[in-house]
Amino acid sequence: MSILCNESTRLLVQGITGKNGKFHAEQCLQYGTRVVAGMTPGKGGVEIAGIPVFNTVSRAVRETGANASIIFVPSGGAADAIMEAADSKIPLVVCITEGIPQRDMVNVTRYLNDKHTRLIGPNCPGVITPAARCKIGIMPGFIHKPGPVGLVSRSGTLTYEAVDQLTRLGIGQSTCVGIGGDPILGSTFVDILELFENDNQTRVVLMIGEIGGNAEEDAALFIREKMKKPVVTFVAGKNAPPGKRMGHAGAIISSGQGTATEKMGALRASGATVIENPATLGKTVAEVLAKHP
Amino acid sequence: MKIHEYQAKGLFRKAGIRVPDGRVAKSLDEALKAADELGGDKFVVKAQVHAGGRFKGGGVKLVNNRQELKDAAGSILGMKLVNLQTGPRGRLVRMVYIEKRVEVERELYLGVTANRSLKCFVLMASQSGGTEIEVVAAQNPEKIIQERVDPAVDLQPFQCRKVAAALGLEKGTASQAADIALKLFTFFRTHDCSVAEIDPLIVTPGGDVYALDAKVNFDENALYRHPELKELEDPLEMDRLELDAQEYGFSYVRLDGNIGCLVNGAGLAMAINDLVSYSGGKPANFLDIGGGAELERVTRAFQTLLADEGVKVILVNIFGGITRCPTVAEGVIQATKNLDLKLPLVVCLKGTQQEEGRKIIGESGLNIQACDTMEEAAKRAVELAGSAKGVSQ
Repeated sequence: MSILCNESTRLLVQGITGKNGKFHAEQCLQYGTRVVAGMTPGKGGVEIAGIPVFNTVSRAVRETGANASIIFVPSGGAADAIMEAADSKIPLVVCITEGIPQRDMVNVTRYLNDKHTRLIGPNCPGVITPAARCKIGIMPGFIHKPGPVGLVSRSGTLTYEAVDQLTRLGIGQSTCVGIGGDPILGSTFVDILELFENDNQTRVVLMIGEIGGNAEEDAALFIREKMKKPVVTFVAGKNAPPGKRMGHAGAIISSGQGTATEKMGALRASGATVIENPATLGKTVAEVLAKHP
Repeated sequence: MKIHEYQAKGLFRKAGIRVPDGRVAKSLDEALKAADELGGDKFVVKAQVHAGGRFKGGGVKLVNNRQELKDAAGSILGMKLVNLQTGPRGRLVRMVYIEKRVEVERELYLGVTANRSLKCFVLMASQSGGTEIEVVAAQNPEKIIQERVDPAVDLQPFQCRKVAAALGLEKGTASQAADIALKLFTFFRTHDCSVAEIDPLIVTPGGDVYALDAKVNFDENALYRHPELKELEDPLEMDRLELDAQEYGFSYVRLDGNIGCLVNGAGLAMAINDLVSYSGGKPANFLDIGGGAELERVTRAFQTLLADEGVKVILVNIFGGITRCPTVAEGVIQATKNLDLKLPLVVCLKGTQQEEGRKIIGESGLNIQACDTMEEAAKRAVELAGSAKGVSQ
């Protein structure tokens, strides 16, 4: 098993006719994902890399049985795209788009309240399950391998670095989830930790947080009260100055709140293993795995 | 995007939120003229910089006559305001806001922002005005009054009345405060703010309510909906290098060390800075180069790093996912040649075709140290920065 995506995932690509949409639709396809449909309003009827393109999500779902969607729509239209997917009852929506206005995400959150859609992102690299050769994202597929580590992260390339360290040590991943670098996200650390806790393929979770907000503190509470599986964590931005946005919209320390030191303290107190040196992500997971056969 | 207090108050005034009369001044003459226009003797002189806590750094002064006004404006204009929020470099004060003094009986706090955990906007209030709300939230969370805003209907008048009552206000004062709360939220929503804050919101002995300070930040991702707001940006308040970087599409934050870091991805860039510090060095900056690390971007990023005279060593760490490592390697080599780069350069390339990428760097004949892991690269950069200190240039 794995979480979020597997062999029965049938992927729709929203915004497939754009440069990024087209490129990554092909990359997902090459990795092994069953990409069954594309969607761009007004471009229906064409094919991209053999994938049929539709004008609306509802039509795409009706004709292809798509049960997951990945969104490459530009920031001004991304919220609309997420809601369109939810309206068609797509259970999993991964939004790659960066720079969505905060007000749009507040509206999207409210809209999703009574829908049966799980949103991952926005501003994220996506989800990958190596054992199922299923990739719904923009991460380089070849660095991954199947295995027991569930990975959840607010970052993109730092996640690739972590995966690379694991794979080089011969340690594979059950599913890797990038939840995104924005302040308001569809899924939080807690949501994904809960899925990993209930996933029988996952033996250890590696969680990569960063400065800003209190998602790591919420996760610490969940780890302490609800998790039996060991969790290894790293929090990026220990030396970030206050009041400065470190690349991600959500990575900012405001008035002394949201520092890495605070977050690491909360996680340590929850019983999680806390890593200080990011070069030892893989090594530390290996040690924890050895202790939990 | 941050704006000045005087700009925020101008916007508040338009939104129907009561603020004391005031004028901005860039010189002593303008300050005195502002006082004449405003009339009366009692004023507040406030430094206009993009940082809070101005009182502590000596950036806010109360004056009782023209001579005191002249002295206060004279000492604040041109000063370097240094406090926790400005950082050790401080901020040059180029403008003061001259405002008519209002008598204060109570200081409250009122603000609208997004709550990341609740994933919605919230109206927040507290009876401890003038203290940073985050500090109150951390130390006395029970003292924060919070109303969630349902985006389907927005903030409702009854919620504002609830907040006014919880602040201990009564009668006309309570209605004034509730009215300001509703107008503050409407302003926040229609302008796509990330923060709109009144700290302090004051009550006069006569029971009138005023916004005595105003802090407004706009959501940069929504600025395309409000082109008129872009004019309120004050580039002189930003670090010049950070401003240039923004133009190139980088995320760059200047720090105090001597190792210039060039990384792709925000999380990885933070991690590299952490690693440099962990290895005993000091990063000169945070730099997320963003998209592909091709020649033009690498060249511009090098130029940004080189413009900081504190940089003694450059550390490049790229994880090539979509961008192939050989492309990055060629970009780094060409940029090094084009710029005639003299500083020691340490490069760690990982990801797609990393061996080929490293080979290209190894065979370039240039003085570039290619490392296999981020740890090795950080250690090497720290060593080189250490030895660079000894050499006087």
